[in-house]
Amino acid sequence: MIDSKKYIIAFAITAVIFSTAIFVSNILGQKKLEDTRAIEDRVALDILSSETQFALLEETSCSDIGPGFLSKELGSLGKKLSYAGNQTEFNSNDLEYLKRSYFLLEIKDYLLMKRLTEKCGIKPTFILYFYSTEDACEDCERMGYVLTALRDKYPDLRVYSFDYHFDVGAINTLVSIYKVKPDLPAMIINAQTYYGFHSVEDLEDTVPALQKLAAARAKALETATTSSERTN
Amino acid sequence: MIDIQTFILYGSIFISLFFEVFLLITYLEVREELDLEEKYLGKNIKWFPTVTIIVPCFNEEHTVSNTIKSLLNLDYPKEKFSIIAVDDGSTDRTRRELAKFEDHPQFSVLSKENGGKYTALNLALEQVGSELVGCLDADSFVNPDALKKIVPFFDDATIKAVTPSIKVFEPRSVLQYIQKIEYSWGIFLRRMLSSLGALYVTPGPFSIFRTEIFRELGAYREGHHTEDLEMALRMQKRRYKIVNSHGAHVYTIAPTRLRALYKQRVRWTYGFLNNAIDYREMFFNRKYGNIGFFILPIATISIFSALYLFGNMLWNGLTKVFNTFVKFQTVGLNWKNSPPSFDWYFLNTSTTSFLILTTVTLTLIILYLSLRLSDGKFKITRGIFYYVLIYGFIAPLWLSRAVFSTVFRKKVSWR
Repeated sequence: MIDSKKYIIAFAITAVIFSTAIFVSNILGQKKLEDTRAIEDRVALDILSSETQFALLEETSCSDIGPGFLSKELGSLGKKLSYAGNQTEFNSNDLEYLKRSYFLLEIKDYLLMKRLTEKCGIKPTFILYFYSTEDACEDCERMGYVLTALRDKYPDLRVYSFDYHFDVGAINTLVSIYKVKPDLPAMIINAQTYYGFHSVEDLEDTVPALQKLAAARAKALETATTSSERTN
Repeated sequence: MIDIQTFILYGSIFISLFFEVFLLITYLEVREELDLEEKYLGKNIKWFPTVTIIVPCFNEEHTVSNTIKSLLNLDYPKEKFSIIAVDDGSTDRTRRELAKFEDHPQFSVLSKENGGKYTALNLALEQVGSELVGCLDADSFVNPDALKKIVPFFDDATIKAVTPSIKVFEPRSVLQYIQKIEYSWGIFLRRMLSSLGALYVTPGPFSIFRTEIFRELGAYREGHHTEDLEMALRMQKRRYKIVNSHGAHVYTIAPTRLRALYKQRVRWTYGFLNNAIDYREMFFNRKYGNIGFFILPIATISIFSALYLFGNMLWNGLTKVFNTFVKFQTVGLNWKNSPPSFDWYFLNTSTTSFLILTTVTLTLIILYLSLRLSDGKFKITRGIFYYVLIYGFIAPLWLSRAVFSTVFRKKVSWR
């Protein structure tokens, strides 16, 4: 004989397990997005603070600009958003919104850095990187690994990455200013455009700005080694 | 909108979870019954019916002697018990091994041309005059008290067959250790199915029947190389009651090599699928109780959902390996510059991962209960590790092959 009650109970328990899993996953997904939003708020505040400081520069000198002038959190924000983009538990509208504001924050940070370069003669090295998520772009994925590795190697290097096809007016403007063709991945390093995949070694060899960074890094390492030898 | 793949994935997980919950509820219901069986079953037996055990043999020279010895060792009145061995055209020394027992009054041998296990069983059935009859494969051995733990069930006139608990005999290789755990899970499952009236196999090793059922239902059939499954389904279709005695232990020699195991399991799964097709009218049919309404459909669906889940995990795993390889190829190891740091953000908190975690937890709970039921106590053994680590990767081999052979109507070899 079929015990219908048992089937109903088993179904109810399974349904409860399912609902709990969906509920917990949604809550944690929301929490992650809130975390991301909080970082964006902090970055926005950093930029605002730097802009204000910059405006005040008219009256003061460049020497007042400390090392933390540009926001440090853009990199980790980018990592989190790109991770979230590959997951299914996030609300896609929320994620879209966060990405949009991330790209805008990147551009603001980039502009601030450019003004700083002009005004104070500081020459930070930066890369504008355009990738695609629309079509299968294997080279974009590999380029992403290279840029992450470079950023890890040279903490002073600033990488601004943009989804070429993302519908943000400012990205389109940037694309038309630098005349970036949809031949992705594309990079702009000190006003020079590079298309296609380039390995870490390629970039270090061919890009003058990176050569400088590499030389500075080697020098710093050498100094550190000599001083530690002296201490010993 | 949920796409079709997500729907199948969630559907597969839902079915697995539902089945596990259903089994656990059944366990809670029969827990006391199990305790009682363990305490009293096989003691103070009033009625000893006559029993014949048929031992079909085909090229079993290495094991058949011990099989017969274990039967002769059974704790059961000698005058009520007999053995018929059938040499199904063996080409090795099986016949000579059997001849060693010919002087024994309880023992007789029949010989015939090779025709398959069911033909050997049928030949012997013609000679059987006892009240109960059973079969013991020539690679299996019985515990001395096995029959005493089966016979009392026949006090209930509605019970037509009793199946035992099958264990792996002295595991040595990794594959045998894995099968030992798998068989324990089988012991648990069969006991639960017994309470649900949904046993769909009367296994070759030591299932005992009322002899009359062969007169009523006819002899064994080929049954797609799984005559024991076909017979159980034929009985279930007639609403004949089959129960399991989990205390009656039978030991079987499990395949040591992957190839032999693969062939055996392809045959079992193929047999199940094809008999399920033959008995399809039982599916989702309330008239046949739990077996028709739930167990046969879920056993069939679970073959496909296991394959789907495996395919899904394999695809995800391979994609990850491929991405890591591309990353390594592109930038090398690069671990020096990024020390490992923990950020909960990067933990997978998707619904699927929570559901899979719950399913795995319930599987482990059932595994714990299974080992306790089959061994009397739970002990962490290497078999558990082998099982958890390896079984999920090898089972899809035979499942997919059996599905393939069924879909494309290819015959599978029986050994």
